[in-house]
Amino acid sequence: MTMIFGIPLQAFLGQLLIGLINGSFYALLSLGLAVIFGLLRVINFAHGAQYMLGAFVAMLLLQYFGINYWFALILAPLIVGLFGAIIERTMLSRLYDLDPLYGLLFTFGLALTIEGTFRYLYGSSGQPYTVPPQLAGGINLGFMFLPIYRGWVVVISLAACIGTWLLIEKTKLGAYLRAATENPVLVQAFGVNVPLLLTLTYGLGAALAAFAGVLAAPVYQVSPLMGSNIIIVVFAVVVVGGMGSIMGAILTGYMLGIAEGLTKVFYPEASNIVIFVIMAIVLLIRPAGLFGRDA
Amino acid sequence: MRKTVLASLALLLASGTAFAQTASGAASDGKVKIGILNDQSGVYADFGGKSSVEAARMAVEDFGGKVLGVPVEIVDADHQNKADIASNIARQWYDTQQVDAIMELTTSSVALAVQSVAKEKKKIDIVTGAATTDLTGKACSPYGFHWAYDTHALAVGTGGALVKQGGDSWFFLTADYAFGYSLEQQTGDYVKSSGGKILGSVRHPLSTSDFSSFLLQAQSSGAKVIGLANAGLDTANAIKQASEFGITQGGQHLAALLFTLAEVHGLGLEAAQGLTLTEGYYWNLDDKSREFAKKFFARTKKMPNMIHTGTYSAVLQYLKAVQKAGTDDTEAVAKALHEMPVDDFFARGGTVGANGRMIHDMYLLQVKKPAESKEPWDYFNVLATIPGKEAYIDPAKSGCDLVK
Repeated sequence: MTMIFGIPLQAFLGQLLIGLINGSFYALLSLGLAVIFGLLRVINFAHGAQYMLGAFVAMLLLQYFGINYWFALILAPLIVGLFGAIIERTMLSRLYDLDPLYGLLFTFGLALTIEGTFRYLYGSSGQPYTVPPQLAGGINLGFMFLPIYRGWVVVISLAACIGTWLLIEKTKLGAYLRAATENPVLVQAFGVNVPLLLTLTYGLGAALAAFAGVLAAPVYQVSPLMGSNIIIVVFAVVVVGGMGSIMGAILTGYMLGIAEGLTKVFYPEASNIVIFVIMAIVLLIRPAGLFGRDA
Repeated sequence: MRKTVLASLALLLASGTAFAQTASGAASDGKVKIGILNDQSGVYADFGGKSSVEAARMAVEDFGGKVLGVPVEIVDADHQNKADIASNIARQWYDTQQVDAIMELTTSSVALAVQSVAKEKKKIDIVTGAATTDLTGKACSPYGFHWAYDTHALAVGTGGALVKQGGDSWFFLTADYAFGYSLEQQTGDYVKSSGGKILGSVRHPLSTSDFSSFLLQAQSSGAKVIGLANAGLDTANAIKQASEFGITQGGQHLAALLFTLAEVHGLGLEAAQGLTLTEGYYWNLDDKSREFAKKFFARTKKMPNMIHTGTYSAVLQYLKAVQKAGTDDTEAVAKALHEMPVDDFFARGGTVGANGRMIHDMYLLQVKKPAESKEPWDYFNVLATIPGKEAYIDPAKSGCDLVK
């Protein structure tokens, strides 16, 4: 049997694929964070909570209204995005003139409140959410058994990442957004409603997190803790990729997912710190991140 | 600059920011005070958590609220599964808040740390939530007790049942801390002594959400049984993902070595059906156990598992011991706890060994199919009763130096 670094080729390929699947979640989440930071200069610590909300909204929609996965995939991001927009309009927008640390503290407090509320209501063990019947089962790839649902996660999150990138880099709306970040006063003078743009951006970021949450619901237990488990890793992804760099966040998400997956084979005990070790090394060598421009 | 601030913040949070909760309750001498210290917000919050505090309060109420003419008070705190936070709270409780005994102590690493504080301060601790047999083995204390279950009982119960069904080759997924090692080792020993073999193991960090990588390694090992030497949300996620990767369909069996009613409820019968597990209590066992469960449900909206009822039993027995000793002095109460038989709806005919281990019968349970479940929380079939003497290590062989 062919061996790579002392492990069988088959196991190696399997782990690569798993890294890619986990990387999809990292990419999708860090993308939202990067969009919010890049355009609003807000470090959104509530991102994990919004991801968790997405999963819970999907579950509650199913439980109380019988709305299935496919509709939840659209509805849950809309609901959470709207919630995000309201938060931005009523509270977060008041902090733009202050040091960015205030935004960070506010969103962190918000995350703790949301998670605490859901823990009180639903406990920490979480609730089950089953894989939609159309995507149940798996395919034997020879080197591993690939659950169809996980394959779907990779495809759909890649599509969402590319879509968001195109929206911001290639459309007129995206151009307004980027211009509003560079010089809000000037853009406003041209008759563009800048506060509305910012609200939309935050809503979009929250919706992306919720989208990832719905995707995650059938894979993990829908639990109030699911957001805080992943958010720190996602922050590390954004820092490694370069704050505010959208493409950087996406690529780094996949890269670190794979790095983590491989660590789980070679030295599993280190699998939850490998990303932070990489972060420390990148910060030492390239403080602006792999894809960031020096501020 | 901002990036560095953010990076260090992320690291700080990753390493765990301590929002240490202060213990409620004022210091006073004319009181018997019991501290319930456990995980109230993390992976084990449903396993024990706030519901254990409620169970302790119920025990105090059932006892009459007073012992030796003074009121009994329950205080509680969240140790966040961190041994350092727990030790600090324990010291504070014993030193400045006149807490007489600390109980529950979910998470083995925490229980070991607190028991060593208690031993040093000559104070009582009764562990119900943690599993490692070291608590009544090499780390035993003359004032330390281990109540509901331990890794040996789980190994004999769940491990034994699967070996009997022909599961003679095992691969372990182990939580990377004291509890996981202890559970893996004891189950492994049991499997080997029954003629089985261990094909390998992989250690994962506490609160891992994605097990796919570990599961693939277990799958490719070809072992007949995959032993999950972890607990709480970790086990639930591992089981859910195992069925996703076609592991159970492929003929490999999962052994959830520490799995209770709370986690089965979280996972749902669809995903959990058929699992074999070991608990020291099941609410639907008989009238006595149902009576308590109904009262407990009215207060917490969930049915109790062995951690909750074990905590009730421990608090009740402690108060009986104080009464018998006629004082809350540690030596006298510890002596009474060692001597008195334990007989309540949780432990029937239980005894306490010289090493502090409370020896009582355990139950081998199997999760019902969704169609078999007749009412909410009706989750288990009782396969067998495991006599206390088989389930627990003989105190003389426990490695505890208090046993002569």
